[in-house]
Amino acid sequence: MLDSWSGGMLRLARSFVSTPDSAAEVVQDAWLAVLSNIDRFEGRAALKTWVYRILVNTAKRRAVQESRTVPRSSLTPEPSGPTVDPDRFQSADEPYPGHWRQMPLPWPSPEQRALDEELRSHLERALAALPDRQRIVITLRDVEGYPADEVCSMLDISAANQRVLLHRARGYVRAELEAYFASPGEPGEGAG
Amino acid sequence: MNQLDCDQLVELVTEFLEGALDARTERQVVDHLALCDGCGTYLDQMRQTARSLGELPPDRLPESARAALLDAFRARPGAEPRGGVT
Repeated sequence: MLDSWSGGMLRLARSFVSTPDSAAEVVQDAWLAVLSNIDRFEGRAALKTWVYRILVNTAKRRAVQESRTVPRSSLTPEPSGPTVDPDRFQSADEPYPGHWRQMPLPWPSPEQRALDEELRSHLERALAALPDRQRIVITLRDVEGYPADEVCSMLDISAANQRVLLHRARGYVRAELEAYFASPGEPGEGAG
Repeated sequence: MNQLDCDQLVELVTEFLEGALDARTERQVVDHLALCDGCGTYLDQMRQTARSLGELPPDRLPESARAALLDAFRARPGAEPRGGVT
């Protein structure tokens, strides 16, 4: 359990704190808190959800100590602009307003592109560039694979809010991938 | 009946994938996708984005932290081996 869960916990902790070292400490502290509180586990949530809630609380406290901005729902309204660059669509004086000016180009199929080191680091950078709450939600949903209802329960957010955050985050990462696949250096098979 | 434009559809893609749209809007999305290759590609790319993220390798806890935790697990007061859970 320690080994199979800690990887995902580390990734989530890194969304809250500044360094890999302090993320590791957060995970360690969270496990210790789990140990000392395990008798209070009521079995209403899945054990893993309960552990993750403890992790999120531990990470938030740590983030306050680091006096880094804590992701908090009331703090800033989510940006509400479009997730796709409006320039991609025709304007009112063009033949088909609101339709693609130039359609997105299909990407290489997953068989053609293994998740190589370059693509992987591109994805990591895209994740790191996201606003905190978006990064936390997309990390739990898409990287860790949690179902929507568990993510809502871990982070104490509404289903609609969870979807908005996920949508904005995926839209951003998609655009980054699109730029990556469109760049001339891709797909890289070394420096040839 | 209203029709969706592409710039509206792209903002509905996640709700569509999550099955969170009302029946009427969902039908509009499906009707649009039936006729628009660009939006079909966009939908597919949002799916591929989610899948690629799922392929990222897990992080690993540093060995020192792992060792300290295993000690703490073993030292837990009143800990009894239960069904071989480790």
